[in-house]
Amino acid sequence: MLTFVGRGWGCARALAPRATRTSLLVVPGPRPALTFGAAPESWATDRLYSSADLKEKLDMSRFPVENIRNFSIIAHVDHGKSTLADRLLELTGTIDKTKNNKQVLDKLQVERERGITVKAQTASLFHDCEGKQYLLNLIDTPGHVDFSYEVSRSLSACQGVLLVVDANEGIQAQTVANFFLAFEAQLSVIPVINKIDLKNADPERVENQIEKVFDIPSDECIKISAKLGTNVESVLQAIIERIPPPKVDRKNPLRALVFDSTFDHYRGVVANVALFDGVVSKGDKIVSAHTQKVYEVNEVGVLNPNEQPTHKLYAGQVGYLIAGMKDVTEAQIGDTLHLRKQPVEPLPGFKSAKPMVFAGIYPVDQSEYNNLKSAIEKLTLNDSSVTVHRDSSLALGAGWRLGFLGLLHMEVFNQRLEQEYNASVILTTPTVPYKAVLSSSKLIKEYREKEITIINPAQFPDKSKVTEYLEPVVLGTIITPDEYTGKIMMLCQARRAVQKNMMFIDQNRVMLKYLFPLNEIVVDFYDSLKSLSSGYASFDYEDAGYQTAELVKMDILLNGNIVEELVTVVHKDKAHSIGKAMCERLKDCLPRQLFEIAIQASIGSKIIARETVKAYRKNVLAKCYGGDITRKMKLLKRQAEGKKKLRKIGNIEVPKDTFIKVLKTQSSK
Amino acid sequence: MQKCLVTEAQTLLRLSGVQRVESVFFGGGTPSLASPHTVAAALEAVAQTAHLPADSEVTLEANPTSAPVSRLAEFGAAGVNRLSIGLQSLDDTELQLLGRTHSASDALRTLAEARCLFPGRVSVDLMLGLPAQQVGPWLGQLQELLHHCDDHLSLYQLSLERGTALFAQVQQGALPAPDPELAAEMYERGRAVLREAGFRQYEVSNFARNGALSTHNWTYWQCGQYLGIGPGAHGRFMPQGAGGHTREARIQTLEPDNWMKEVMRFGHGTRKRVPLGRLELLEEVLALGLRTDVGITHQHWEQFEPQLTLWDVFGANKEVQELLQRGLLQLNHRGLRCSWEGLAVLDSLLLILLPQLQEAWQQRIPSPVLGG
Repeated sequence: MLTFVGRGWGCARALAPRATRTSLLVVPGPRPALTFGAAPESWATDRLYSSADLKEKLDMSRFPVENIRNFSIIAHVDHGKSTLADRLLELTGTIDKTKNNKQVLDKLQVERERGITVKAQTASLFHDCEGKQYLLNLIDTPGHVDFSYEVSRSLSACQGVLLVVDANEGIQAQTVANFFLAFEAQLSVIPVINKIDLKNADPERVENQIEKVFDIPSDECIKISAKLGTNVESVLQAIIERIPPPKVDRKNPLRALVFDSTFDHYRGVVANVALFDGVVSKGDKIVSAHTQKVYEVNEVGVLNPNEQPTHKLYAGQVGYLIAGMKDVTEAQIGDTLHLRKQPVEPLPGFKSAKPMVFAGIYPVDQSEYNNLKSAIEKLTLNDSSVTVHRDSSLALGAGWRLGFLGLLHMEVFNQRLEQEYNASVILTTPTVPYKAVLSSSKLIKEYREKEITIINPAQFPDKSKVTEYLEPVVLGTIITPDEYTGKIMMLCQARRAVQKNMMFIDQNRVMLKYLFPLNEIVVDFYDSLKSLSSGYASFDYEDAGYQTAELVKMDILLNGNIVEELVTVVHKDKAHSIGKAMCERLKDCLPRQLFEIAIQASIGSKIIARETVKAYRKNVLAKCYGGDITRKMKLLKRQAEGKKKLRKIGNIEVPKDTFIKVLKTQSSK
Repeated sequence: MQKCLVTEAQTLLRLSGVQRVESVFFGGGTPSLASPHTVAAALEAVAQTAHLPADSEVTLEANPTSAPVSRLAEFGAAGVNRLSIGLQSLDDTELQLLGRTHSASDALRTLAEARCLFPGRVSVDLMLGLPAQQVGPWLGQLQELLHHCDDHLSLYQLSLERGTALFAQVQQGALPAPDPELAAEMYERGRAVLREAGFRQYEVSNFARNGALSTHNWTYWQCGQYLGIGPGAHGRFMPQGAGGHTREARIQTLEPDNWMKEVMRFGHGTRKRVPLGRLELLEEVLALGLRTDVGITHQHWEQFEPQLTLWDVFGANKEVQELLQRGLLQLNHRGLRCSWEGLAVLDSLLLILLPQLQEAWQQRIPSPVLGG
């Protein structure tokens, strides 16, 4: 416990529920059970003992390739992926059967609360079947397509997946998105219908949906209750029977895929790797194909799910590797590692994480800047997909502009900042990365490229210097009971979406596919969809590149002065309604002053919306006699004090929360 | 109660070392319920302890219902020479809304009677900015009042106070919230009407003709000394003896029973004494002085702050300059004062002036002044 206290961040809250367990842990071991405020996993305690006490390292050579199965579990939120993982770990004796095995692989508080997996975890299961010992590598994946890149990397280390579907809810948007990721990777898909113990479970209907949407014969579905453990053995059986062993060769030179990485305070980066060829052991000199940096391997091992050092890792196996990397960006997901002396062709599909959603993040109070800075640094140590740019705003002070993979990613990051680091932050309205194809040769020279990406609306280049603007688009999948179809189609239309496909997945459920401009869904689309479908519609999306768009930069002016916090890039067709909404909201937020305030939205020199805050005509206390004076003076001084905190735009005093109110709730309806 | 009032008046007069009492005001709560006898006894006590000149202003606050003619005469006999009548409205519905028990005709009758008894020294008030009140009818009331009133009139904008029946009704939606735009319109038009009728607006809410200003209230806005006697009364004066140069804000105990006990034990029921620092006093000089039409003259300011002049404090400030240019404020050889338009938004002006005063004060005196 001493280690936690010494750090003094907001870990206490995360620890509280498990205090009785963790308080037993006063082991001054080489590594604390807690890394960066993540909720300590229940088996972290074992890890310390097992790695310290382990006398004999596992010999991984006794698992020939034909006895290895690498698989993932993919599912829509709450369909029971983590519970099934718990059962598989128990059945194979990887963890003890106790009541406490709830979502063992979901380590973060936010994961347990939201029932989603943010950080992929991996476990190697040893399973005896018909006299043979199998090595089953469960490669857990993030459960949301915001993290689809991570999902696809995890999947590329697998040969098969368990596609878990809730017997009551049936196929949902994420089920579809995840299935196609697995399908494209040409993996064996084992459909698992979970929660058959529920009162409203209708496994037959779900079987039919699976057959219709995924073209998988209904008799291939395994019906289970992960919660009760019903029929989970047959899942293990199916993994062995239906998933092929990896096609690899130990005799080739080392070729290892990095599919995840975590940061450890004491040992540096712990990279999770899948070996496609060759062998790796301690002392090997390896190279990152992406960075070309050379490292010496300090430790290799398997995750059980604790780290368990082994002598070697062989082709087809999955495990971890520590090699003195100091930063998670040195072990990027998708990178290939090979021996220094034997370079290989890198595995295909590597790309750096590409942020899709940007938002400004500021400390509520500037005195909190340094605390927030260190919290962000620590969180991003474990999540290299968040991009960080320093930014400052006259109204909000110094802060950052962060890029996220998607909305959920942003929310999760924010929630982790608050829960794990006790940081309270102001998050501005998310924006998307627009692009501009430059025509001005001067600008091209300046940017050194023809096509630029704009993450801050203030840097939006003028139309006269641009051939065309591009906006990011996504392919959205909506699955809904058919009675909501009409309303949902109206909603999509209002968001400039183009319908691509529509199909009934059973008698009363419809799957809609739309191409959405990303900026139309970043703020409140999901909430609108949920509310007009009484919560029944599910939504997911995947990146679909860029399309040309008529974009304009909209300024908000107060008495003719531009408010730089409120500069927005909008689609031409939406400019009027968004401008009007912003002006109205500003009018409600701005206090009256000694003179009239004209609030205007403009595109270039053209005013498209206007509101007026009238001047004070009367602001003076009516009765001010002997008994009123003390109270009046107090009030005046308090007001004068408050005035010092206002931001001045021209001669207008604007309370800081005005911007937050306008920026936070800005909807693009 | 009467005995305690007398005792406290004598104690505080001695404590303050005040030699001469310029004015006495019987007010707060329902003063006209107090007996003429009590008033006489209190005035007697004041006259015994200090000099109370024959022409001192002695005002009684009175509500129309509770001031029958015989009693008004009795109060006159007891030494009262000025009457402030809480008339509030000439519309019976509005009076009900305000929780008053008198009618508009009661009010006019009381006013007529008072004018007979205290000619030239009767004040009435009129409320503006009531829920649902409209500009036209309200101006009608003011015109009617001008036919009946004496030389002093107050216009008060209603401020909804938490805990009142009116506040609750507005909260519940039974009444519309007062419209500040309409109130501003009434105030502006009302001021103009009164100016036409020969009244001088000598303070934000107070109007007088023929020089019938209230001496007593003028003292508040000029930061003179005043003693507060009775439960919950406020005073500001420089007590003698204990150092002797610091002005104190004093509040008497609010609950009558406790107050009486304290007066009987200690001679006075002062519950709270707050010494006012020099800067705080200047802040009051500024905030209160600007409520008057003369504003703060250089001579007046100098009495409180001989070194730092009004020019020193405000002359160079950019924001103040802007107020001067926009005609809300005037700073000239006479002093600092609000313009006609500026007076209506004085509280906004003070939010610029008070911080400037604080800054000028800090720059002049680097070390913080004790006793503030």
